[in-house]
Amino acid sequence: MGGFSQAFADAFSLLWDFDARVFEIVLLSLQVSGLAVLIGTFIGLPLGACLAVGSFPGKQTAAVIVNGFMGLPSVVVGVVVYLVLSRSGPMGDFGLLYTPSAMVIAQVVLVVPLMAAIARQVVEDTWRQYREELAALRFGWRDTVRVLLHDCRFSLSVAVLAGLGRAMSEVGAVMIVGGNIDRSTRVMTTAIALETSKGDLPLAIALGMVLLALILFLNAGAFALRTSVMRRFE
Amino acid sequence: MSLFPLQLRDVVFRPNGRAVLDGVDLTLSGEGITVVLGPNGAGKSVLLRTICGLLPSTGGVIDWGGGSFDPLAVGMVFQHPVMLRSSVIDNIALGLVPRGVGARERRMAAMAMLEQIGLADRANDNARQLSGGEQQRLALGRVWLTRPRLLLLDEPTSSLDPSAVEAVERIVRQIRTEGTKILMTTHNLGQATRLADDIVFLAGGRVREHVSVRRFFSQPSSVEARQFIQGELPWHLAF
Amino acid sequence: MASGFLKRLLPALILSATAMSVQAGESITLASTTSTENSGLFGYILPIFEKATGIQVKVVALGTGQALDVGKRGDADALLVHDRAKEEAFVAEGFGAYRKDVMYNDFVVVGPAADPAGIAAAKSTDEAFGKIADSGNAFASRADRSGTHSAEMRFWKAAGKNPEGQAWYKASGSGMGATLNMAAGVGAYTLSDRGSWANFKNRQDLKILFQGDPALYNPYGVILINPVKHPHVKKAAAESFINWITSEAGHQAIADYKLHGEQLFFPLKAK
Repeated sequence: MGGFSQAFADAFSLLWDFDARVFEIVLLSLQVSGLAVLIGTFIGLPLGACLAVGSFPGKQTAAVIVNGFMGLPSVVVGVVVYLVLSRSGPMGDFGLLYTPSAMVIAQVVLVVPLMAAIARQVVEDTWRQYREELAALRFGWRDTVRVLLHDCRFSLSVAVLAGLGRAMSEVGAVMIVGGNIDRSTRVMTTAIALETSKGDLPLAIALGMVLLALILFLNAGAFALRTSVMRRFE
Repeated sequence: MSLFPLQLRDVVFRPNGRAVLDGVDLTLSGEGITVVLGPNGAGKSVLLRTICGLLPSTGGVIDWGGGSFDPLAVGMVFQHPVMLRSSVIDNIALGLVPRGVGARERRMAAMAMLEQIGLADRANDNARQLSGGEQQRLALGRVWLTRPRLLLLDEPTSSLDPSAVEAVERIVRQIRTEGTKILMTTHNLGQATRLADDIVFLAGGRVREHVSVRRFFSQPSSVEARQFIQGELPWHLAF
Repeated sequence: MASGFLKRLLPALILSATAMSVQAGESITLASTTSTENSGLFGYILPIFEKATGIQVKVVALGTGQALDVGKRGDADALLVHDRAKEEAFVAEGFGAYRKDVMYNDFVVVGPAADPAGIAAAKSTDEAFGKIADSGNAFASRADRSGTHSAEMRFWKAAGKNPEGQAWYKASGSGMGATLNMAAGVGAYTLSDRGSWANFKNRQDLKILFQGDPALYNPYGVILINPVKHPHVKKAAAESFINWITSEAGHQAIADYKLHGEQLFFPLKAK
């Protein structure tokens, strides 16, 4: 077998040549996971903040459920979303199965609990310090959630990055609801799974390294942005 | 619609069995500065939080001039005010957010208030990098901007140096002049003599005396108050 | 501040994502098997079809059993699979409108080059499978209800062996490639279609030890999902694909596809 040095060489030549097919796959990965995390941000972060701030019966139970869903295997999410989107399922009429939209939906389901759980922890810590003063200024829960989300924006970037990491690296859900269709729903992880099944391990590793480099690059970018903005307000 | 006279009758706060407020009787008029004095653990901070509605009293009556409690008319500044991770101007406008004031209007009102408390040139700085005194002025301005009828101040100058104390006191006087009733706690007896119209002396969760500032320091009627003044006075005058 | 950045990012992402999902021209979804996908056949013949008709064929590669399930639920327009008995039952139960022969390839038995069970000398597939069972050497099975798995179960039965639960019988429960990876890793025998084997790169010590027996013949059929049961099925586009792949032009394309100079699939004339 070519081994690791061959894999490295393949990865770099792929990047160097900027192979159009690889570029398409990388682009689709970024679009699907990017959109899923964006939608997840607008659902998960407020949800987490509400769980931190709100006082309602069953709050503890809700927090436990969200934490539990955080560990949901992506294959399970994939199967459930598949059954929902399937032509024979409740949302079958939309014909979304085996499209990028289906992949976005599955990844939203996947990242929302993770992002909500992290957001709940982050917001709750800050809320403990702010609670009295916000109450004295007569903040209702809605405004409290809004102010806390804004105030925790630097720490919450961790939740967004964690969501992006999970979305981009999961394979089970997108494989099932996307179908790994060439030039249509093939993303980096499903391409890696396919190359592995063809026994083309060096290419699989090469693609894996592209994925790793991409995630590292996104994290580094977010980190740089965060430190430059944070320098002003921490 | 007046909140005053504000009457507390037999107000009790007894979390987990230990009485922090043990039957407080107190009547406050709508003008001037009332300073609450008392030894540590007398219940001063708890009294302010109870009036503010942050702690539920476990007994007694708080009578707001015969009307109902209007939370928007009562403000409070804390010993260690919260500074959001944001600019000075964002922080001072904070109290207007739950009052439904639009962003543009908030900004204008905030800028005017920053002029008034002498922080206009710091408007876009990081609020967390202000000095302790500046943060306390910001906190006062933040609540002042909501135009409360009753302002509660909990040890507003406890950890400040003398010049910062003076700047804060100047603002407190301004707020009083505009007709806001102020009820504050302090450990600084010099500050009490400088600011107070009347003194409430709290000990063991009860009001022991409520008299004019002159009378309190010249003729304290209770033993506790006498001891308190003698024990505290020399140390605080050293400032 | 941060929200301003998001406001610019959001429309850009949504636009680009919708651009990805809205393809110009017509397309059908074909549920097929990993063996055909992995062999590279589709990558060769589908562009020829698309060029001729403008119809894009989206291939979801699964095991034959899973592909039939997907068809039953109406999540594909047509199927291209290899398990004739199940295919005919599928049509008989009304899930498929009809079935047509397309092509065949053949299975090969691969195993460690040393051939500890000595199957290279076997006269028939039954004998080869019997020898493997008797030797106790590891055998990697798809165990995923695929067409290959069905064929393997037939061979065991014909050899009079029941491998289920035996220590040497490794049920991978996954696709052909994963099963070949497993066989290469543990030095096991396995049954593979010729296409997947030809395209498999991680062979290590594996080689073909038994092939050419008529029993290893592996026919593929194409099925139109019943539009009566699933009205959304793109009947016209799917039928133009079925007609093409069973036509002279389609047969020519199948016969022309060669991997490493070897023809893998042989067209089947319609009866």
